[in-house]
Amino acid sequence: MKIADLFEEIFFALFANKARSGLTILGIVIGVGSVIAMIAIGQGSQSSIQSNIQSLGSNLVQVMPGMQKSSGVSSGWGSSQTLTNEDAEAIVAEIFLANAVAPEISSRYQITAKGTNTNTQVVGTVSVYPGVRNVEIDFGSFVSDQNVKSLSKVAVLGPGARDDLFGEGADPVGQTVRIKGIEFKVIGVTKTKGGSGFGSQDDMIFIPLSSAQKFLVGKSYVSTINIQAQDAESMTALQEEVTSLLLARHNISDPDSADFRIMNQADIVASASTITDTLTLLLGSIAGISLVVGGIGIMNMMLTNVTERTREIGLRKAIGAKRGDISVQFLLEAIMLTLIGGVVGIFLGWLASLGVEKFGGISTAVSSTSVALAFGVSAAIGIVFGYYPARRAAKLNPIQALRYE
Amino acid sequence: MIECKNISKIYSTGVGEVTVLKNLSFTITDGEFVAIMGPSGSGKSTLMNILGALDVPSGGEYFLDQKNVAELSDDELAEIRKNKIGFVFQSFNLLPRSTVLRNVMLPLVYAGVPKGEREARAREALENAGLDEEHFYHLTNQLSGGQMQRVAIARALVNNPSLILADEPTGNLDTKTGEVVLRTLEELNKKQHHTIILITHERDVAEHARRIIQIRDGGIVSDEENKKIS
Repeated sequence: MKIADLFEEIFFALFANKARSGLTILGIVIGVGSVIAMIAIGQGSQSSIQSNIQSLGSNLVQVMPGMQKSSGVSSGWGSSQTLTNEDAEAIVAEIFLANAVAPEISSRYQITAKGTNTNTQVVGTVSVYPGVRNVEIDFGSFVSDQNVKSLSKVAVLGPGARDDLFGEGADPVGQTVRIKGIEFKVIGVTKTKGGSGFGSQDDMIFIPLSSAQKFLVGKSYVSTINIQAQDAESMTALQEEVTSLLLARHNISDPDSADFRIMNQADIVASASTITDTLTLLLGSIAGISLVVGGIGIMNMMLTNVTERTREIGLRKAIGAKRGDISVQFLLEAIMLTLIGGVVGIFLGWLASLGVEKFGGISTAVSSTSVALAFGVSAAIGIVFGYYPARRAAKLNPIQALRYE
Repeated sequence: MIECKNISKIYSTGVGEVTVLKNLSFTITDGEFVAIMGPSGSGKSTLMNILGALDVPSGGEYFLDQKNVAELSDDELAEIRKNKIGFVFQSFNLLPRSTVLRNVMLPLVYAGVPKGEREARAREALENAGLDEEHFYHLTNQLSGGQMQRVAIARALVNNPSLILADEPTGNLDTKTGEVVLRTLEELNKKQHHTIILITHERDVAEHARRIIQIRDGGIVSDEENKKIS
């Protein structure tokens, strides 16, 4: 039997039972569609979490103080005041893998402006901070080296803080805000980063590091040292170098009792990926169950088909069809059903993920891998669930089949 | 040419063996019109299955065009049916929801006849079977019984088989339509020299053939020329 004839026979058979073929295809459509949509949601949230982490700064390594222990009582990570300006300067001077170093000291304060007030994060830092942490300036300018040197009382507002204090979209450059009762002159506003998931990076106020240490905290320690590596590959080496430098500076011989810890952006991305991978797997396997149910639908329909068309099979054998001809015909019918279902399902799954993105606000990503996977799986389901009915059809005895009532 | 030598068929059932055919021997030459007649249970259906290469005998030899069909495998039997045998069944066995032409072209599909040739050959077969051209594109379930049986005859003819086997072709038809169908078979034998074997339990039907083989209890009772015709 020629291929073209075979397909003609198959389409005749499928069209002869439009309602039943349609319902069987629907089962596969739902299965494939939900696999596509679920994987799209999983991978979408993965990439949005990753881009969130990337927006913290590129190739970022952060040094934070360790736990403070006084007479056995731990105050938790970040509570000690072991990192200093000098540590940051030493990193600048001695570690060449570091592109830029931006120490910061941050704390929450009550901020007042004319008739308004808010409680927000005040970050004391230096001029290279915007480059290291991916912050861009919208109005005015950022804190300069000169500001840091001369302990200027100047402030750069994040868009969130600006909205709270001066109203949405206002240009507050030249006005003043009071932090802890001390007046600071607004010299700039940063652009919105729209960070979500890890807390807003927009609701902040930046002031010179030296001013923050002198006027707000009264001590000269830093709460974080942000270091930008030259590239992604050098991050691990950078991390090691910084560790040994700081251990030496703090006179600690045992790395396990270090009074600081170093976070590598790649590590954060990796651990977030583990979570989203699990999420994708979970969603995908739930959807996979409906795909299997759809496959059982195919098998059920094909078995009914074989029973109903017993006489036709007998006739085909009587006029010369071999076992192979019959089994290929029934197997291809099943595969055709799943492939049609697969194509429609991929399209509907893609539409569904667009809908989720538009109305549900969750970012999605339909990847070519998931399309290929769904397509392959639906063809495989056709083969697996079509095989048994096809074999049953081929094995029918033509004499009995012709007399079947 | 058909040559049966000592054909027997034994079925094993749970309680023992049942002998359906006992040492049948006969020869049918090309162009003959033979009726195999016998009451139900006589073994004529089993004989038809063997002659039609749907089944193989338990013993003996069956030569169809000098080839011993008794020793062939399933797929080889299918090959024989495809090229050498045309079936006409009591219950027509047409594909439902398909046109007349598609039904008649079906054997050509399995025989690998090029698509362009099929329709012409199907039309020729339908004309020989005496079906009016206006029905060619009708669906088979819209036809009358007599018309359906003519479609079935055309389907049996279309691949030019050595042998046409008609199993109770009038069994589902009224006497008048049955007569027309039998007349059609006679014509095919007389004018086109097709070899036809007609299986029936009715003497009236058998008497359309030129030779009648009577079987009873798995054995041949008589094998003679039909005096009414010749």
